[in-house]
Amino acid sequence: MAVSLREYRARIKSTQSMKKITRAMELIAASRIIKAQQRAQAAAPYARELTRAVSAVATYSDVDHVLTTEPENPQRAAVLVITSDRGLAGAYSSSVLKEAERLVGRLTEEGKEVDLYLSGRKAEAYYRFRGRPVAHSWTGFSDSPTYDAAAEMGATLIEAFLNGAGGAEATDSEIAGVDEVHVVFTRFISMLTQEPHATRLLPLEVVEGVEQPEDSDLLPLYEFEPSAEEVLDALLPQYVVSRIYFCLLQAAASELAARQKAMKSATDNAEELIKKYTRIANQARQAGITQEISEIVGGVNALADANAGSD
Amino acid sequence: MAVSVGTGLQVEMVAADRVVWSGEASMVIARTVEGDLGILQGHAPLLSLLTDAAVEVTTPEGVVHAAVDGGFVSVSDDRVSILTERALLAEEIKIDEVHAELESAEHLPTGDEREMRLRRAEARMRAYEASRG
Repeated sequence: MAVSLREYRARIKSTQSMKKITRAMELIAASRIIKAQQRAQAAAPYARELTRAVSAVATYSDVDHVLTTEPENPQRAAVLVITSDRGLAGAYSSSVLKEAERLVGRLTEEGKEVDLYLSGRKAEAYYRFRGRPVAHSWTGFSDSPTYDAAAEMGATLIEAFLNGAGGAEATDSEIAGVDEVHVVFTRFISMLTQEPHATRLLPLEVVEGVEQPEDSDLLPLYEFEPSAEEVLDALLPQYVVSRIYFCLLQAAASELAARQKAMKSATDNAEELIKKYTRIANQARQAGITQEISEIVGGVNALADANAGSD
Repeated sequence: MAVSVGTGLQVEMVAADRVVWSGEASMVIARTVEGDLGILQGHAPLLSLLTDAAVEVTTPEGVVHAAVDGGFVSVSDDRVSILTERALLAEEIKIDEVHAELESAEHLPTGDEREMRLRRAEARMRAYEASRG
């Protein structure tokens, strides 16, 4: 009896320390979410102004740009999968990967070859383990993405898109060309809901009504300097990068929310376990005491019987 | 030309990850790829590319200096937005870092990268010095 009591006490202790860890992670995630949301808010004005500028150019000039033209007969697609660097965030990474697999399946069915671009160690580990070739991967910033990271990803993806699948052999670049670029990331809907989401990044569907300016301030007739083409040339890549940055920020907020939720349920679970083990331990302790008492009583009775016999 | 010190313009200077400066101003001077551009109240709607250079915003409280790494300026209805991936206000510029950056950029092999880094460091230097008077 005493042995199992000690065992239960040890189990309670280890659960308690585990609870402390998960509680700490929960609190860290919670405080970082606020920072992630602030960052998303801080990035919003840039995205808004950029969208305004792009729609201004798109509305008042019918310039065709490479980044907006649909290649005929697309053969190759790039998929950018945004996951986390670390685990312990519940189903966060695996649901993004599931969504990515679905998208890859669909693209393959349409007869396109798929190049994988990954962000986050979890995605890297997933595809490396399965021996699937990966075109490029970025890691190390999943819970606090910087604009520079987005710019780097944007530059690589735009280069891939500009290379184009058709003229792949003509370019000396090491980045294989693609005809379209998709992004799979997790949309942050609320603290409780985040959903994996796949969207096409390139070719751009200009002005997807991301944030329409209000009717009251209709876009004025702009002058473009040096020319509409050149302005568009400079605007669109930045627009793409800002979209990627938006995805990264959303993913970061989702990751932290998912981690907070997972750690909260882990903490609750640990509490439950501690309660259960404490009960069992108390029971065991009580059983030990009861046994001792009954042994003593039994011993006393036996002595009394013996004494009565001898009298 | 006499500049009336009023507040005819709504200026927003926006970097990719934050609003660097916003407020009312009477004049904005920025350098576009075509040359220096001064914006006063009533400017025609314009969308123009900026180069890496210093930007000056004249407000009733004084002149705000900043350095931008390229980007755009858009003007419409007396609203001026300066959009750039990175922008630093003069008081945020650490001059030692700029000197170090200039130094390291000068040792790079000649090319676009070197040109760009030199240009950006110089823009910062100019904004910093302009704010010192």
